[in-house]
Amino acid sequence: MNAFEPRIIAFCCYYCAYSAADLAGSMRLQYPANIRMIELPCSGKIEHNMLLTAFEEGADGVYVAGCMEGDCHFLKGNVRARKRVEYVKKLLDELGIGGDRLEMYNLSSSMGPRFAEIAREMTERIRALGPSPLNKASTRIKKDGERA
Amino acid sequence: MIVAEQKPLAEIAENIMEAQKVLVVGCGGCVTVCLSGGQKEVDILATSLRILRKKEGKPIDTATETLERQCDKEYVDKLAEKIQAADCVVSLACGVGVQYLSERYPDKCVVPAQNTKFIGGTTEHGVWEERCGLCGECILARTGGICPIIRCSKSILNGPCGGSQDGKCEVNPDVPCAWTLIYEKLKRQGREDAIYEVFPVKDWSKSRDGGPRKYVREDVLL
Repeated sequence: MNAFEPRIIAFCCYYCAYSAADLAGSMRLQYPANIRMIELPCSGKIEHNMLLTAFEEGADGVYVAGCMEGDCHFLKGNVRARKRVEYVKKLLDELGIGGDRLEMYNLSSSMGPRFAEIAREMTERIRALGPSPLNKASTRIKKDGERA
Repeated sequence: MIVAEQKPLAEIAENIMEAQKVLVVGCGGCVTVCLSGGQKEVDILATSLRILRKKEGKPIDTATETLERQCDKEYVDKLAEKIQAADCVVSLACGVGVQYLSERYPDKCVVPAQNTKFIGGTTEHGVWEERCGLCGECILARTGGICPIIRCSKSILNGPCGGSQDGKCEVNPDVPCAWTLIYEKLKRQGREDAIYEVFPVKDWSKSRDGGPRKYVREDVLL
């Protein structure tokens, strides 16, 4: 069995997902340690190249978490983020990385349990997909009997 | 402005062949406005090429630069140092930019990253439409400001044709019939009689049929 532990970057909006992560912490909720969070002032701050660069620098999966649609602090930031995510998904397909490794989520700051659920959901998805083609040679795939 | 669309990544990657140091050059003019060849697109393309090649186990170095315009030699000159360090240059400008880079640096392989499409304008953010056919002899004053050369699918000078139905073009029902638009505009301006004016055969020698065109302003020559 492979002991592949995905590296996942979560770009989180300060007003929702980042606060939801705080709440998940206060609630002592458990979620996989595979998530590395990057705080954004709004999910609309995300740019196509930031998503691509995350993959280039070794992420196996990436997601953007913004506010519920209609609830963006800056009106349409999360809608723009979703469109950019959709665009980069297509690019990732073209690059042979696979658009499935990228996702957009919407949640509110009170949804601590949902934050933990998203982290689990994404970790399971990427675990099933295996390492990013860019990380295939990585030592992070350990086979049974191999030393860490 | 000139509207261009990026080529599929696979085609660009194929054209850079085995190059190991790639310079990706954007243009700050038209292609920045139509969101296909400015600084952002340069960064996305450079990252994409690096990812693609890293995945194939043949990593590349990329450098990037976005010039004010690629269709002016003084801006292109500024690239000399960066181009010298590159095996291959990818241009995100229109076809003019690609040729200007190629002419100025004849020893380097310059790869186009875009398909230059047409002269048009923005109808809404993210949507561009063709508005000028570059025919070399403008008749917009007599057609209510609507160009039959490019907006009529058949470039008819004395329209509409028999295929026009309910104000739509027979080629595509989403395209308004240019001659219906012309008639409506002239009528609105109270000069619908102008529609009876018969245009003589067009002198296409002023367009592309006359070979590559040149425009000289003697008064500003140095």
